[in-house]
Parts: sequence; C-alpha cells; structure tokens
Amino acid sequence: MLGIVFGVFSVIAMLAIGEGASQQAQKQVLQLGATNIICVSVKPPQGIAKAGQGRLRVLRYGLLRKDYELLANTIRTVVKAIPIREVLDEARFSDKAMVTRIVGCTPDYFAVNHLFLDRGRFVSDRDQAENQLVAIIAADVAERLFQFEDPIEKQVYFNTKLYTVVGVTKRREATAAIGGSMSGQDYNKDIYIPLRTMNVQFPEVKIDFSPGSFSAEEIQLSQITLQIDDRDSVIPTAEVVRESLDRNHKEKQDVNVVVPLELLKQADQLRKIFNIVLGSIAAISLVVGGIGIMNIMLATVTERTREIGIRRAMGAKQRDIVNQFLTETIVLSGTGGILGLILGLLTPVAFQGIKWFVTRFVLEGGTAASDLGKMFTNMNPQIATWSLPVAFSISVGIGIVFGLYPAIQAAKLDPIEALRHE
Amino acid sequence: MRLAAKVDQLHKHYDLGTVLVKALRGVSLDFPYGDFVAIMGSSGSGKSTLLNLLGALDRPTYGRYILGGQDVSQLSDDELSRIRNEMIGFIFQSYNLITQYSVLENIEVPLHYRAGHSAISAEDRDHCLELAEIVGLEERLDHRPFQLSGGQQQRVAIARALVNDPQIILADEPTGNLDSSTEEEIMQILEKMNAQGRTIIMVTHEPQIARRAKRQIYMKDGLIAGEGIFPV
Repeated sequence: MLGIVFGVFSVIAMLAIGEGASQQAQKQVLQLGATNIICVSVKPPQGIAKAGQGRLRVLRYGLLRKDYELLANTIRTVVKAIPIREVLDEARFSDKAMVTRIVGCTPDYFAVNHLFLDRGRFVSDRDQAENQLVAIIAADVAERLFQFEDPIEKQVYFNTKLYTVVGVTKRREATAAIGGSMSGQDYNKDIYIPLRTMNVQFPEVKIDFSPGSFSAEEIQLSQITLQIDDRDSVIPTAEVVRESLDRNHKEKQDVNVVVPLELLKQADQLRKIFNIVLGSIAAISLVVGGIGIMNIMLATVTERTREIGIRRAMGAKQRDIVNQFLTETIVLSGTGGILGLILGLLTPVAFQGIKWFVTRFVLEGGTAASDLGKMFTNMNPQIATWSLPVAFSISVGIGIVFGLYPAIQAAKLDPIEALRHE
Repeated sequence: MRLAAKVDQLHKHYDLGTVLVKALRGVSLDFPYGDFVAIMGSSGSGKSTLLNLLGALDRPTYGRYILGGQDVSQLSDDELSRIRNEMIGFIFQSYNLITQYSVLENIEVPLHYRAGHSAISAEDRDHCLELAEIVGLEERLDHRPFQLSGGQQQRVAIARALVNDPQIILADEPTGNLDSSTEEEIMQILEKMNAQGRTIIMVTHEPQIARRAKRQIYMKDGLIAGEGIFPV
C-alpha cells in the first residue's frame, strides 16, 4: 500500500510544482506585458570590445537612437515604442540620501509598465518639450527620503541639479530576472525624469576614474519597449525586430531582445516535460504499489480458501466471490489513495518548511546545496485542483486492475477442493 | 411430488489423463419427504462423491439428479449456486463456520446470497434469532466460533443450514469431531428436525449414528451394495 500512497502523493505534488511554476511564469509575463517586446542594452563580453591600454577608448554599446527611429517607424505592428535610459545615482533630500535608479523616459512608459500613481502626475509631453527638471519618485524613494512629508513640490538633488517632485508612484511588485537576458527590476527605487531632460543633463559618456584604471562607457538608450498591436503578431514581429537591430549591431552582442510571450511558451514546454517525466515516475510507483496489493490479495485468497468454499456451498456465485475480494482490494487502494491525497495537499506546507530551512541554513555561498536551496525558494507549488480527483481515481483504478486477478482466482476455486483445504 | 430428491443412474467419472476413475457407477435412490437416510461405506466406496452430487457441488457425468421436482443435473455454475442456496442445507464434519463472524452473522450467511441480493430485513433477523433459539444458542449470539465448543459450533451450523428452508439437509459425518455426550445432543437435534418434517441425508461410518436414522444404505465400489448397517 505504501507504493500507492507515495504514487498518489507524488502525482499531486509534481503537478502542484508544475502548476505553481506555470502560474509564476504567467504572472511574470503579464507583468512584463504579453504583447511587449523588450530590447535591452547589454554590456558585451570582454573579448569583443576592449579599451586599449594607454589610449582614451570609449566603450560604445547598446541601443542607439537610430534603432529607436527604425523600430518605432518602420515596423507596422508596433503600436508604441518606449525608449528609456537608466543611470544609477545617489539622490538626496535634506539629510537623507539613497542610491536610486534614474530612469529617463517618455509619458507612455508608465502605462506600459503597469505603474500607477499614488499622487501627483507622470512625465508629460510638455515636460519633454521643455526639458523640465521634474521627477516622479517611486515608493521606496518617497519613504526613505521624505518619510512622513509630502514629496510633491519638494526638490530632490542628484547629478548636480535640483529636480522638483511632481508625482509619486504606488508600490509595485518587482519582476524577476530572466536568465541572462534581463536583470530583475525593482521599480520601487526609481526616479523617473523626462528622457530629453536626461539626455541634456546626463552626458552619454560615463567616465570612471579609480586609482590605476580608467574606463569610459557610452550608452544612448538602455531599453526600448515595443508594444505590439496583438498577441498573434508578437512572435513574427520579434523576428523582424531582431533583424532590424542586426543592421546596426551585427556581431556586437550588445543588444538582447526579450519576448515575454516566448518565455511563456518556454515555461509551458518546460512544464509539460516536467509533468511527463515526473508523471512517469509517479506512474511507476503506482504500478509497484498495485503489484504489492496484488500479492497481498493472492496471499489472502490462499489463506481464506476454506472460507471461499463455505460461501460457495451456501450459494455464493462466482461473481459474488469476485465482488467480495475486489471490494476489499479497492478499500485497500482507496485508503492508500486518501493518505496520498492528504500528503499531497500538504505539499505547499512542506515547501514552506523547506524554504524556511533553506533560508536559515543553506542560502549563503555558492555551494551546490545553496544553488539547490535557491531553486527551492523560487518554487511556489499550487495544488492543481483537478489533480486531486484524478490521482484518487487512479488509486482506485489500480485497486481494480491489480485486484481483479486474485479475485478471479478466488472465484474459480472448486468448492469441494476448497472445503477440503487446510 | 412425494420425493424431496431422487437420483437416477448416477455416474461420476474423473479423467486423470492416464487413468479414468469411476467413482459412481450407476446409483439410483429415492428420497421421500421426511426421510432420514444414513449412507455408509468405506473410503473409496463413492459415498463422498454421492454427497457432493447431492449437494449440487458437482455435476454427474451421466444420470439425473432431481431435487424438489427440478432436474438439476446439468445446470450452469450460477444456477447450481442458486440451488444450493435455496434448496440445500449443509452440515460438515468440521463445522465450517466463518471465523471472523459472530454466531448470528454465521447463521445469516446464506441470506446474503439469495437471488436478488436483498438486504437482511428485520423479519430475516427475527427468523435467525428463532433458529438460534431452537438450537439453544440464544445466549451466545455475539460469540465468535473460537469461543464455542465443538458441539456449539455444530449447532450454529445446523441453524445456518435451516435458514433458507431447504428441501434437504446434507450432513457429512456430523458428529465425527465430537465426544459422545455432545454427539448425543446433536443427534437429538437432528431427530427433532426430522420429526418436524425435514428430509435428512447423512453420511457416516459409525454404526451407532447410522442406527439413529430411519433407514441405512451402504455403498461399495461406486454402487449401492445393500440396505441396513454396513457390515463392519
């Protein structure tokens, strides 16, 4: 019966893990926007472009303004193109300071990235046109720099200038990193300013002096988010985008095109594979359990040969005997099924426990154990409700299938022989 | 139908591949209602085979078996099961009670297998209680077989045999495992049943038991060899 318990439990647990992963992926995609294509500037690997020694070489990489023109204007399916440029800087207000991400953007940015206003307003077209020194600050920034004061109309200092706060965004859930193509975005430590203002105020060349070394980087745009007109066009458009960018970035490896919809498909495929592999393991375990039950029942039949003879003498038909033993088997496997069900329902609880243990003891360091631990913290199993009746029915089914043979053997016993037994 | 049962030229052959065993070689007997017959014979005489056929636990190779007016010789397994349930009551030498069941539950067993599988009604229960009383076990209804003596267990078996009001009672060495005083109790119960009109066919090898029946038949080599006590 243990095989049944474990089999049912693992079916439910595995499906729950898969379901949780799938839901997470879906949530992430929705956050990034299912109809969005996000082009991200990335620093190319060292071998491709190197600053020469002793010479003033600026490392130019990433999306260019002409990429933006190209993508915004030549691709039919692109509804909106939202460029941004981001720079890390320390922002200050009175005696408080905080490292923030300064994001130069356009008015469209807020809607496309699901940012909502807590108070005030977003960047406007007029701000853009007039290169205004206005800023919209995010929730953590407001909290850290302004505490209980109303940030609106106050002035924040960064990059040698004072910016007037005109809006505060509501707290927003962070998005997770996507493999190597895009880093996680926190959103709550941002300060949004008009892109044109940024272009005027922040030089494109970023120069870093430190003892013994010198580096200079030039980025025009950090990211371009493209909103596509409908879901079906997304994948084909992504192809076109990749080709267009190739024009200006051939072999430079400095631009990544992230298509959330593709990620969803990938996650889905992964989940399917996961389900098949683990489903097979669970199936094997169930079969093993079934064989175990069959053996138990065969032994039971042998032990109760006399009893079977008595019942037959009293008028039991063969099918009565079959029913009697089949019922016993189903009860056995059904009980195992229920136990497995209960264990399965505890999967999320078990995972909470594992996560707690992992975060307390294992997460530090780059050991294999901590990697595994990180994997666990990312998993958030959700019980797929349909898996419960399915798994239970399977356990009952196993009982029927593996109990049928012993039951039929019992029914076929010759009453006279059976009565003589033992 | 004066006859509760009748066998006509009954043959039973067992084909063991290399040899054909002829256990019964043409047995004909009439059993009127209210009969009390003792069938005797040494082992190998065919008396057990005859009992199996009379109990509808097996089918004859040739010949007819008519029970309660019906020819049951070549019925299917399901039909024979029904015949056993409705028309035959068994009493075995080793009682053959179901060890996990109480006295009352053991008496009820044949009721479970009635045609239509009807549930056990209140009337059924009362009937079982009555039978328990008749055999003197009304104080022990919830006891398990292991808590009963041999004689008590056999009494449960008798009550069970009567529960479906059968045409015939078949008793195979009913007192074989009992001491002489218990033997006496059981035989008295059987005589009482018979006096009330029950037809009893009994197999025994003990002359003093055989004498309690109304008539005696003895068998030899698969045939009826004669009437009266088996010459020892």
